[in-house]
Amino acid sequence: MANKMISEIPLPKSIANVFAARNISTAKDALSLTEFELMELLDVGLTEVRSALSQISEIVAPPYQTALSLMEQRFQNEHLGGHFPTGLKGLDAALCGGIPFGVLTELVGPAGIGKTQFCLKLSLLASLPTNCGGLDGRVIYIDVESKFSSRRLLEIGLRSFPEIFQMKEMAQEMAGRIFVLRPSSLSEFTQSLQQIKVSLLQNQVKMLVIDSMAALVSGEHEQGVRRQQTLSWHISFIKSLAEFSRIPVVVTNQVRSQSHDEASQYSFQEYLSCAVQSRDGIVETPTRYDSHLVAALGIHWAHAVTTRLVLEAKSGQRFIKVAKSPISPPLAFPFHITSSGISLLSDEGMELMGPEINSIHCQGHNEIINFRMESLV
Amino acid sequence: MEIWRLPISASQRGKLISAGYTTLSSLSSISSSDLARESKVSESEALDILKFASHSHSGGWEMSSGNCSIFEGAQNAWDMLHEEESLVHITTSSADLDNILGGGIHCKEVTEIGGVPGIGKTQLGIQIAVNVQIPHGFGGLGGKAIYIDTEGSFMVERALQIAEACIEDMSEYNRFIRKDFQACEIRMQPKDILGNIFYFRICSYTEQIALINYLDKFISEHKDVKVVVVDSVTFHFRQDFDDMALRTRVLSGMALKLMKLAKKFSLAVVLLNQVTTKHTEGSFQLALALGDSWSHTCTNRIVLYWNGNERYAYIDKSPSLRSASAAYSVTRRGIRNSSSSCKRIKMM
Repeated sequence: MANKMISEIPLPKSIANVFAARNISTAKDALSLTEFELMELLDVGLTEVRSALSQISEIVAPPYQTALSLMEQRFQNEHLGGHFPTGLKGLDAALCGGIPFGVLTELVGPAGIGKTQFCLKLSLLASLPTNCGGLDGRVIYIDVESKFSSRRLLEIGLRSFPEIFQMKEMAQEMAGRIFVLRPSSLSEFTQSLQQIKVSLLQNQVKMLVIDSMAALVSGEHEQGVRRQQTLSWHISFIKSLAEFSRIPVVVTNQVRSQSHDEASQYSFQEYLSCAVQSRDGIVETPTRYDSHLVAALGIHWAHAVTTRLVLEAKSGQRFIKVAKSPISPPLAFPFHITSSGISLLSDEGMELMGPEINSIHCQGHNEIINFRMESLV
Repeated sequence: MEIWRLPISASQRGKLISAGYTTLSSLSSISSSDLARESKVSESEALDILKFASHSHSGGWEMSSGNCSIFEGAQNAWDMLHEEESLVHITTSSADLDNILGGGIHCKEVTEIGGVPGIGKTQLGIQIAVNVQIPHGFGGLGGKAIYIDTEGSFMVERALQIAEACIEDMSEYNRFIRKDFQACEIRMQPKDILGNIFYFRICSYTEQIALINYLDKFISEHKDVKVVVVDSVTFHFRQDFDDMALRTRVLSGMALKLMKLAKKFSLAVVLLNQVTTKHTEGSFQLALALGDSWSHTCTNRIVLYWNGNERYAYIDKSPSLRSASAAYSVTRRGIRNSSSSCKRIKMM
């Protein structure tokens, strides 16, 4: 819609000619200029510029829908009103059905915590027919760190859905629906994304998994802010891809240690704490996350994801926390990794107060990893 | 050089000046045919120029009927005070927050609300879109809402939850306060509330600009819209732009149009903004995104932040409210007062 050609918009002939003469061919060019700039450029009066702009805007502006018709449409056309159940009952209940369609869901946590395991389980679930709780479609798995293990995938399938996976043809059919891409550089990833967008709908792709997003930039030699800007095009591209195809998109992210000059408060917060100190004699310490681990990719990425699931280990126990979600309260569920994938130890989540839900702990889970690795062989 | 003030094109202006017409008074006593001949413009153009000139010239001395304004288009402060006092505010459903806001979100003004991810901006946006529909009998505006979603964070299920809670609260209010009165029964259903939210999904900054241009026509056709929520105004302007000066110009043009909309239709405009890090005074601090010039364009600015385990809202900028912060919480029913017992409203 943004790239609509001016020639296709029904404007009065005189002004359409002037636009063409000045090389303003798309609506984007016309709308990026202010009214006075257009007047100067086209040498026409204000009223003509205004009426031309209002006609262009009317055509380019997206149509509206009431929230009610949006809800009815989603419940009619989409699986469970636009949610993909993960099989983890407590999590699905918190997220009102499961992972939402059309938006980005992020899994972030320290290495070895179970992000890839979760992605494998989800890919498997998505390929299953709908009567088993799946999306009955293809899955594109972008495996940046070469962590995808088809043997593990089939093991999960065999343990969770033995009635399907014991038959070799069915196992082949399901596994055959998961397509793994292994881009070795950011530019390859960019290319793959563009190809995916083109073939998404024709090929009945029902889910996209990117494991992991942070690994794409860690190979490039840029620091800090520049690194975040490298991915900004990809972020908006993936979001628009998710939006127009209405599929769930799951992205994993790494953690990094918090640098000491990390921004954590606003300029007025210093004044507020000083004012309190002078009155009550109590000093309020600025908010700072206790753990020294934060999600990679920065604050712009944190704004771009709609749902953030934090996986962490605390006192030898692993937790999956709903850190950011438009629909769920901040709950934490204990989980463990078994041969049939990932499962919750309790469907009753603990509600966490405050910014604690965002912090990422990595305590004492090395022992768990080694123990589990042995039992998985 | 009063000719600069006329809304005519550059070439017409140039012709007038070269013909010697530099002030408005010089145009006051000439006929259109003479003007056309002397300045080498067409008759119809000359007529238009004279119309513009007389319009801006005579405005200085006319007394328009009714409100005794000496300058056309101006309103005196006393009349404005009466108008402002009669305007209803949109409640946020948290009494503490409403208190520091002077009753709620103001109509006829642009309010910017920003905060870190997960603090509750979208929740507040949805709450406002629901609360604007509270009927007059309960102290609300009884209006409709426009929700412009640029990030895809609007969840219909959540809007339904908040709508249901709003109706339950109204019924409870009915039971306690209006025991004697049979009137003002709640006939609103949660689905009706959803039906009164006009939802637009924006996928690029061009669509954002186009939509804001189009809103004038849309709201003229749907006069009961009383709030426009943009969630978030930042997203599409944070990437895509290599030319920062262009971005600033486009953003300020957008802000002006929104302010005009707010004033023309007496509605509230709520813009949700994201956060970025800024390097000031030797340290990195959080600040609302889109830069310094954008921070001048909104009338009111509220920052949502974490303080310990509580969510707080701080009035960062307002022409009529003092800087203060208040705690609030996001519950299953929407935005509500914070439940902690030691909450205090900090005045600066």
